[in-house]
Amino acid sequence: MHELSIAYSLAEIAVEAAEEAGLKQVKALYVKLGVLSGVAKEALLFSFDVAIQGTPLEGARLIVEEVPVKVFCPDCQEARILPAPFPMRCPVCGGKTGQVLEGREMELSALEGGDSNAGDGIYPADCGNSSEYPEEK
Amino acid sequence: MQETASTPRIVEIRQNILKKNDLLAARLRKRFHQAGVYVVNLVSSPGAGKTTFLTEVLSRLAERYKVAALVGDLATDHDAERLRQSGARVKQITTGTVCHLEAEMIERSLEDWDLSDIDFLFIENVGNLVCPAGYDLGENRRVVLFSVTEGEDKPMKYPTIVNSADESIITKMDMAELAGFQRDRFYDSIYKVRPGISVYEVSARTGEGIGEWISRLEAEKRAFQQRAGTL
Ligand SMILES: [Zn+2]
Repeated sequence: MHELSIAYSLAEIAVEAAEEAGLKQVKALYVKLGVLSGVAKEALLFSFDVAIQGTPLEGARLIVEEVPVKVFCPDCQEARILPAPFPMRCPVCGGKTGQVLEGREMELSALEGGDSNAGDGIYPADCGNSSEYPEEK
Repeated sequence: MQETASTPRIVEIRQNILKKNDLLAARLRKRFHQAGVYVVNLVSSPGAGKTTFLTEVLSRLAERYKVAALVGDLATDHDAERLRQSGARVKQITTGTVCHLEAEMIERSLEDWDLSDIDFLFIENVGNLVCPAGYDLGENRRVVLFSVTEGEDKPMKYPTIVNSADESIITKMDMAELAGFQRDRFYDSIYKVRPGISVYEVSARTGEGIGEWISRLEAEKRAFQQRAGTL
């Protein structure tokens, strides 16, 4: 399951991006997942909760937008959205195409934050998870 | 606890989640280009005959070129041992619990290798058709292998990797008849997920298709170096 590696990468770039944007607190991460990204949404949601433990993102929500496959049809000269990842055929004229325009993305599209909170730094004030995940020594 | 009074704000980021891997891969690709190394990344399920195919390719190429291979494996050194019999320089990358290779692992493995002394570098990825798809390793070509014993519909079950590959190879063609392999169904399946992808049919045991595949690889390396101006 590579979703855990992906969740760690996501947490890493999100922490950096939050710092750059001057967000003291991250409430939510918006992620675009193409249906051809090879990432299973459920597995990513689960892994995300694991990956953000003990990071400044702890308590943040992950909001996943699934992006369908969009191809360019050379016959219609139009971009077309496919109802399913395959067959790679234009849903209008039936022409074959391998030109994928969208649907492969694995992107952190936005962060939702607040400039300040109750003074707990970047941690959400209502984070009650700390006792459920005692530190292993 | 009360909600804080801060105004939520949305900040657009638009970064690839695997940005770090992409950056490292781009750096590797540049190094490979400069040193004139042609890099092939092989992906398949376990048991698709990747190691057998690669051993045969390395043995043949080693007669005329300086060849090397990096082998990703979860634990054992078995595949690397087999590959070493070809006479190529081989290094094992033990990934532990990680089910794919990442650019960083490739970079680390190359630390004590002189790239200018390598013509072809093969990367045998961990046997897995899902996880390696998103990880660029700086390769020139990504090849996805299927064996005749895996079922003709297999490409449709893994559209992501097939879509990320530059070509496909069908292995164990000598067993096609025995396995009841239906060629047309396989091509139908792979073209559904990737119309027009190049497919090569090989058998490491009989040697079928191997010579042709190698000739094409050599031609590609030459063409690539002409474009890059390193020939
Ligand atoms: Zn069309």
